Amino acid sequence: MNKVEHLFRRLNLGSTIALLILVTIWLIPTVGLLVTSLRPSSVAELSPWWEGLFNPLSTVWTLDAYQTSLQSGMLESLINTIAVTVPATILPLMIAANAAYAFTFLNFKGKEIFFATLVALMVIPLQSSLIPVLKGMVWFQKTFNIPLTGTYASAWVVHSAFAMPLAIYILRNYMMTLPTALIEAAKIDGASNYQIFWRLVLPMSIPVIASFAIFQFLWVWNDYLIAFIFVGEQKAVMTYQLLRLLGQYGQGWRDVAAGSFISLIVPLIVFFSLQRYFTRGLLAGSVKG
Amino acid sequence: MGDIIFSLVAIVIGIAASYGLYWLLNFLLSLLPEHIQKKVNWLAFLTPAAVLVILVLIMPLLQTVIWSFKDDRAREWVGLKNYIDLFTDERFLGILLNNFLWVLVVPAVTVAIGTAAATLTNQVGPTREKIFKSLIFMPMAISFVSASTIWAYFYAYVPPGRPEIGLLNALVKSLGFEAQPWLTMDQGRLNSFLLMAVLVWLQVGYAMVVISAAIKGVPEETIEAAQLDGANAWQIFAGVILPQIWGTVMSVFVTILILVMKIFDIVLAMTRGNFTTSVLAFEWYKQYFENSNIGPASAVVMVLVLLIAPLMWLQINTVRQQEMLR
Repeated sequence: MNKVEHLFRRLNLGSTIALLILVTIWLIPTVGLLVTSLRPSSVAELSPWWEGLFNPLSTVWTLDAYQTSLQSGMLESLINTIAVTVPATILPLMIAANAAYAFTFLNFKGKEIFFATLVALMVIPLQSSLIPVLKGMVWFQKTFNIPLTGTYASAWVVHSAFAMPLAIYILRNYMMTLPTALIEAAKIDGASNYQIFWRLVLPMSIPVIASFAIFQFLWVWNDYLIAFIFVGEQKAVMTYQLLRLLGQYGQGWRDVAAGSFISLIVPLIVFFSLQRYFTRGLLAGSVKG
Repeated sequence: MGDIIFSLVAIVIGIAASYGLYWLLNFLLSLLPEHIQKKVNWLAFLTPAAVLVILVLIMPLLQTVIWSFKDDRAREWVGLKNYIDLFTDERFLGILLNNFLWVLVVPAVTVAIGTAAATLTNQVGPTREKIFKSLIFMPMAISFVSASTIWAYFYAYVPPGRPEIGLLNALVKSLGFEAQPWLTMDQGRLNSFLLMAVLVWLQVGYAMVVISAAIKGVPEETIEAAQLDGANAWQIFAGVILPQIWGTVMSVFVTILILVMKIFDIVLAMTRGNFTTSVLAFEWYKQYFENSNIGPASAVVMVLVLLIAPLMWLQINTVRQQEMLR
């Protein structure tokens, strides 16, 4: 083996080059939009973005588009998105953790059937229940005069319900691995189920709760359909706002680009700072063993 | 400012109320005599979840089944009319074809690229592995709407005479061809394939991460034994590694398959279902939110449910197998 070939093998150059090509393809579309969002409007629509990228020094870079975007509705949308996402992440986890406790540590009639139903519901498309839920809410607010549609709370309820099957399934799988001896001991000491759940099982389940929380957070933050149907225009979330920008021709790519990146910042921060938990959660869901 | 305070208050009340609910349920339970308490204690934990699932998932699903046999306004029974209308409508058959193409292309391509990426990242050492994986995985954090924006810009078309801003058309031009309005071109379902690229881009990271973990679980000895026997890299991959990770590869395939069948946002954001790119979930949206046709919309979604049902059975079987391994 000659020297060049040896070096090539040692640094795994072949694999690295292949990966560099793949990553470049993966990043180019995003970089294009990012560059566009950072150029002045006079230039962004008239010269291709890669000219800005190749001559970074002779290009004027500006955050104008972000400022305009925040002032023209994106800031309100950001607040709306947070108001929908935070409870729609915490509530289903609390409800699912309680249910998972019942499935793991308590015995009752029909447990197997309930559980099989949940597993079956994991794959049912959410479109199959959205219209009746919407109609039901409209009927409810007419009858009792309590507003539901167009509020954050309706989105919390619907998101919580759709998260239920998978959340209960994943939390139960984790709780089954907890040491039963500890729980038995607590029972003998006279602890109630309520105490065992809040003081023992919930704190011990933090790893799985953290990874499911990241999933649910990203899912709700990025959701369009439920926000569109149940929150709608009055409290438009960012995906809603972005789609509206995208639909208005003549609005210009620069504003769409800036709006898009504003909606991306939070998920990307969550993703890169908590990637380890995120990956762990993914693996818990699909790798057997 | 008012908005922020209102949102904060709403968030706190929402969470406090649901905690209070569990406290109340347990308190009510503790009032019961002890021997009854033992029999019904599960209710205090399961009731909120059960109520949610029944009210928001199961009962509405049954309602949709019923509505799929009723007319546009869900008043009169029309028997199988909605379904017959769908399957005699050439446009709807085109939609089914689109769904079929999505299912055929996206899971296979995603798993193939994901497996390649997983194999490659396993060979370059921990630092480079981490960086490459993060970058390929990153789209997982992006919404379908943002991803569509990113790709719509990549495919962008400007009328002749103005400078090209879409990278795809610039590349095409530099090769000496004419720029094309890609997303409107349905010859051979070309535009549908361009939409599929967006989903592949989003999901490859998921496939890579899960398959990579499986590859790391393959015992070293089996690979070393094959090396001693003089097998080359490809033979080791196809003959030793692949058979051992096949279960994981299939489970990733099925997960993406289920996602693909329900695909909706990308079609909405990029073409609004125009230029023969519509799929089942988008057709449902159009039937109800644009045309207010309850019956037909319900029938469309029932077709989707029936197509997914076999996967449901697969899911239950997988879970049952896992339970037996416990």
